Amino acid sequence: MQIWAIQTLNSLALGGLLFMLSSGFALIFGLMRIANLTHGSLFMIGAYVAATVVRAGYGMMLAALAATAAVALLGGLVERLILRGLGANAQRQVLATLALSFIAADVCLVIWGGDPIPVEAPLILRAPLRMLGLAFPTYRLVVLAIAVVVALLLYLLIERTRLGAMIRAGVDDMPMARAAGIPASRLFTTVFCIGAALAGLGGTLGGPIFNAYPGLDAEMLPLALIVVILGGVGSLFGTFLASFIIGFIYTFGNFLAPDLAYVILFLPMVVVLAFRPLGLFGRSVA
Amino acid sequence: MTAALEVIKLCKSFGGIAVTQDVSLCVEPGERRLIIGPNGAGKTTLFNQIAGEIGSDSGTVRVFGQDITRLPVRARAHVGVSRTYQVITLFPKDTLVHNVTLGILGVNRRRFEVFKALLPQGGIHEHALRVLDGVGLKDRAGTLAGELSYGEQRRAEIAIAMAQSPRLLLLDEPLAGLSQDERGIVRDLIAAIPRDTTIVMIEHDMDVALAFAERISVLHYGKLIVEGDREAVVAHPLTREVYLGV
Amino acid sequence: MKHWPLVAVLLLALFPLVAGEYFVNLASQVLIAVVFASSLNLLVGHGGMTSLGHASFLGISAYVSAWLGLKMGLGHAFTAPAALLVTTLVGMVFGWISLRATGLGFLMLTLALSQVVWGLAYRLVSVTNGDNGLSGLTRPQPFGWDLDASDNFYWFTLLVTCVAMFLMTRFIHSPFGASLRGTRDQPRRMNALGYNVWAIRWVTFVASSFFAGVAGLLYVYFNKYIHPTAMGVPVSAEALLSVIAGGAGTVYGPALGALLVVVLKNYASAYIERWNILLGLVFLFIVIFMPAGLTPALSAGVRWLRGKKQ
Repeated sequence: MQIWAIQTLNSLALGGLLFMLSSGFALIFGLMRIANLTHGSLFMIGAYVAATVVRAGYGMMLAALAATAAVALLGGLVERLILRGLGANAQRQVLATLALSFIAADVCLVIWGGDPIPVEAPLILRAPLRMLGLAFPTYRLVVLAIAVVVALLLYLLIERTRLGAMIRAGVDDMPMARAAGIPASRLFTTVFCIGAALAGLGGTLGGPIFNAYPGLDAEMLPLALIVVILGGVGSLFGTFLASFIIGFIYTFGNFLAPDLAYVILFLPMVVVLAFRPLGLFGRSVA
Repeated sequence: MTAALEVIKLCKSFGGIAVTQDVSLCVEPGERRLIIGPNGAGKTTLFNQIAGEIGSDSGTVRVFGQDITRLPVRARAHVGVSRTYQVITLFPKDTLVHNVTLGILGVNRRRFEVFKALLPQGGIHEHALRVLDGVGLKDRAGTLAGELSYGEQRRAEIAIAMAQSPRLLLLDEPLAGLSQDERGIVRDLIAAIPRDTTIVMIEHDMDVALAFAERISVLHYGKLIVEGDREAVVAHPLTREVYLGV
Repeated sequence: MKHWPLVAVLLLALFPLVAGEYFVNLASQVLIAVVFASSLNLLVGHGGMTSLGHASFLGISAYVSAWLGLKMGLGHAFTAPAALLVTTLVGMVFGWISLRATGLGFLMLTLALSQVVWGLAYRLVSVTNGDNGLSGLTRPQPFGWDLDASDNFYWFTLLVTCVAMFLMTRFIHSPFGASLRGTRDQPRRMNALGYNVWAIRWVTFVASSFFAGVAGLLYVYFNKYIHPTAMGVPVSAEALLSVIAGGAGTVYGPALGALLVVVLKNYASAYIERWNILLGLVFLFIVIFMPAGLTPALSAGVRWLRGKKQ
């Protein structure tokens, strides 16, 4: 029973992390039609920066702040300096973001070396929480809680703020939105930074769970892609739900049938996509 | 005699809005039919239903007696239906002659060949040049379609469709955006199309369209309200109300 | 120079006479990458379908050949066609699944399917030997020709590459190839013109997987070893980079891109430890300053030079 509870919580925590990773990707793709293949790298850089800050003795809160800010800045630079000039050409974007991910991976190797860097969870969160006669890893509960809060904030941002209205308009019909006077240029950079920040925050929170290691980017990117496609482009709720579905499949798959972990992870997604190409909640976006 | 195009009680709704409401019309072989109506009358939707790009909720579409209502779009070229687009849909990075060649190949068995070279396959190239000659663009054959003038592109649109030697040609606002001179050229081009091709056209430009039309169908809010030959429709009180009252 | 491909082949054939073993082996690797990238080009460049899962076909072909040879003791005359057949069948299935979507969905499906295969290669240890890979493989001896010698293997690879490139070039220049590019540029119109857009895409997917399988055979013969990393995303990503950077939709662009990648990987890595940064920077440079890729940029450069001379 204990094991099942732990695995369930692990699934939920992973789902939360995946949400932070994927929501950023979904935002960027939904608005700018850019499949940001550097997103895994941003997550990884977030984890590395957080690890460094924590190692230096500054605590998790500051680490989260530093990592999120650093990654958001990086994202903004990438968008402004490189992606901006490529136009709407999907192949050029793929080439550029792939090339950047290659560079990012090696730069991380140079700065942080090849060994995994453990990220220490805050001291107060190390003791397990005892409830209903079971012990739950407190840190993962906190990750889940933070993810839910982020999801709510994101929802409020998109549904209740002016920025959100602009994003929604842009996602629905960018040329029309431009015609209505929405400053596309500033909007794109802002959204890209938000997306990157989410990835950076995800990387920070994921640090104590995954550690920061080379290859984390290549592990996370396919998961983000699965979540966004499964949930459906253009649906925040879809991304939210799909994050947890994948979180469960990945955790229990690895737990119950490690030999077939990849098959269990990807096959249901393939099946869903094969029969519902728009994903669970996707709308046809222009 | 079997009608070239028979539309029987065709209906289409989007959400709660009925865009095509019980439209029935009949076009004789060789006829020049014009479909007009104010903006939002549902002309393009009707066109797309006939061309197959939009499915119909109910009703029938028959071409030369054959029921094509549920036929997939890609099969329609093979029963002799070709269309042009209101928004220019050429292959901009290919030469004009290649654009027309693609039209020819669409209904030609040679399109399945994976090993033989496309050029220089004598017959097709000559055929393409002949089609271009028919629209007065033979000397522009080697130009990239994206580099043609707008008027030339409009003519190219028609050329690609005509390359398939269609029995039924659907022209979607072929004169849109053309200058006075260019409109004259396209008008003459359309007038020169032989009678083995039946033509149904949507158009806004009244001068040219009226000269072209033998029979006219007037749509308003998805319903066919007036139909008849040119004089009758122009004189009809409902036509005036629909056009001038709006 | 209208017959420059023939001249190029001739020069390539003479290469082992002037180069040492290290470079001949490097050249063999380049040729294998050329076949692989060109096969992907059919899909990405001419078909407009960006795939991140192409390595799975290379890997499946390699593994089938290796497994049949090692575990079943079958000769290359049998294992080669068998590997190609299996790869093509998988290509048919994967193509059918992937083409349920377009754009990002298609990309995702190709990635997902290749990850499934990659994961299986790692986990089905009883069949694939998992992380240890399958070693102790042999190279074929066609008509007694000893391919263990690098020069001989190079000429064999050159021969196979020429045949593969010839077939792919005919495919590209055929009416079918023209219809493929049509579906890439204006799928809606192609539909209306009477083409079966889905079928055209599917056939291309299958053809592309077949030629990737050919590359897979050359790959496993060269290395005499196969490991799951050969099917990983980095391999698919490098091929994709080669195609786009070299010039997607051209005939020889991907070959140039493949040459660039292999040379950078093998040669530069001897001088620069973090050669991935160099690779990334080179590709960033290309994507920013040569939007259509290297080959079109080079052609434009040649035309400009010719213009200057007059």
